Amino acid sequence: MSAWFAQHLAALRDALRRLAAAPLNSLLSLVVIGVTLTLPTAGWLAIENLRQLTGDVEGTQQISLFLALEAGRRDVAEIEARLRQERVGRWRFVSREDALKRLQAAEGMAEIIASLPHNPLPDAFVVTPADTRPESLESLAESFSRWPKVAHVQLDSAWVKRFDALLRLGRLVVLLLGVLFAGALVTITFSTIRLQILAQAAEIEVARLIGATDAFIQRPLHYFGALQGTLGGLCAALLVSAGFLMLAPAVGELARLYGTSFALRGLAAGDVVILSATGGVLGWLGARISVLMHLRQLL
Amino acid sequence: MIVAEALTKRYPEGREALRNVSFTISAGEMVLLTGHSGAGKSTLFRLLAAIERPTAGSIVINGQNLTALSRKAVPYLRRKLGLIFQDRKLLFDRTVLDNVLLPLAIVGHPPKEALRRAQAALAKVGLPNREKTFPIALSGGEQQRLAIARAVVNRPAIILADEPTANLDAGSAREILEIFVAFQQVGVTVLIATHDPVSLPIVQARTLRLDKGEMSEPGSEQALATR
Ligand SMILES: Nc1ncnc2c1ncn2[C@@H]1O[C@H](COP(=O)(O)OP(=O)(O)O)[C@@H](O)[C@H]1O
Ligand SMILES: [Mg+2]
Repeated sequence: MSAWFAQHLAALRDALRRLAAAPLNSLLSLVVIGVTLTLPTAGWLAIENLRQLTGDVEGTQQISLFLALEAGRRDVAEIEARLRQERVGRWRFVSREDALKRLQAAEGMAEIIASLPHNPLPDAFVVTPADTRPESLESLAESFSRWPKVAHVQLDSAWVKRFDALLRLGRLVVLLLGVLFAGALVTITFSTIRLQILAQAAEIEVARLIGATDAFIQRPLHYFGALQGTLGGLCAALLVSAGFLMLAPAVGELARLYGTSFALRGLAAGDVVILSATGGVLGWLGARISVLMHLRQLL
Repeated sequence: MIVAEALTKRYPEGREALRNVSFTISAGEMVLLTGHSGAGKSTLFRLLAAIERPTAGSIVINGQNLTALSRKAVPYLRRKLGLIFQDRKLLFDRTVLDNVLLPLAIVGHPPKEALRRAQAALAKVGLPNREKTFPIALSGGEQQRLAIARAVVNRPAIILADEPTANLDAGSAREILEIFVAFQQVGVTVLIATHDPVSLPIVQARTLRLDKGEMSEPGSEQALATR
């Protein structure tokens, strides 16, 4: 066990030595990998922020229940009881008299309304649901419409739906970007490791001739790829955080002007860990493929 | 102990480099493998180190049959052999010390123990105080000492040396041979391939002679001039 550990430690040290042996090349690779990972990460962060923004905007996601004209006090009480029982969120009752009064207050409407034989407006409930996911809103509206004496249900979430579809599209774009750039990272590592193998052809040959196993030869190369990927991930985290620091004040100012308290969300420590780990795994993968393809040719 | 039986090696594009070669080398023996250039000495060396596989015949080293050896087992066989290559195969971008540390790293010795062993090996071949030097700064004889130090640092029971004194002046050649003799005297089996046995001022050794891929007098014993 400790021999196993010592061998891995030696391989890691070897990989570090190789990284440090060509500092300019290493730095260049890290920047390239960092930039590669920056784009999908920034995209993901933007989507996360937009999602949070829609969660913050209130009052736009309402469901209006219009009762039938013949509905009486008892029907209203029944609806009220159901709303309370189902715990759908907050709601407000707008009686037909209130609605008429409000309409009369509107300019130019008073005369028209005076000419009507009776109040044409129904009683209504305006519900602000607690659960604002579009699919929940839809199913809620659907169930409302089956309640007794409910004549019409209006869901004011058309723009929310549109926005949600847009978010979903954005997420898909970010996912595709992620896959594309993951492939790029694997490719970059693949070629760095290929160069490493070529540069060390003599050393690899000698090591094999005097009893090195495949694992002994491959291990430092795997570590090199994983290390480069991990550091590249950290580099990306640095770039994204720098962009965040530049944008945050401007966004805060904008939010203040609109009277909301929205604050831009940056990369959390957990995100940085995931990003570096992803870089490490992809780097290892690129190194693994390169090793499998190029080491065989050498002997 | 090395037992070779009816060894034949035919290179894909060439004629037979070895034909029906049989011999036995006992543990602790010193053997000279002689023959003109092109006789098949290096081919035999590569067969013994499992760098090449024989076309026919078998090799058994210390009870291990090389012809039945799996690819995975080859490295472990080579670790038991001290190999000195005709072209030395030193790493010129590594220091003298790092060259000797390589076999120890391969076996997986802890750093302190490895350093101690490497220094001991360098002292044994007469290369002390050159640890930080690069091989390019060494003379031909010193480079050969380094190659020997790297070969023996894992204390192999068998040393195989391919033309270890080629391109060395008589004095250096003599010193190199004395190193091999010292190893043989502590029980190591030594096989030295050379195209020029006359220039070897060797003490006592059996000679195996290869002639155009065939062993002329298999197993013939021949004491060379005592110095
Ligand atoms: N890799 C090879 N491919 C084809 N022929 C080879 C190869 N190595 C050696 N030979 C041939 O095998 C014969 C023996 O070569 P070698 O074993 O190097 O002899 P020696 O070491 O005694 O000079 C020579 O004819 C040589 O040309
Ligand atoms: Mg030769």
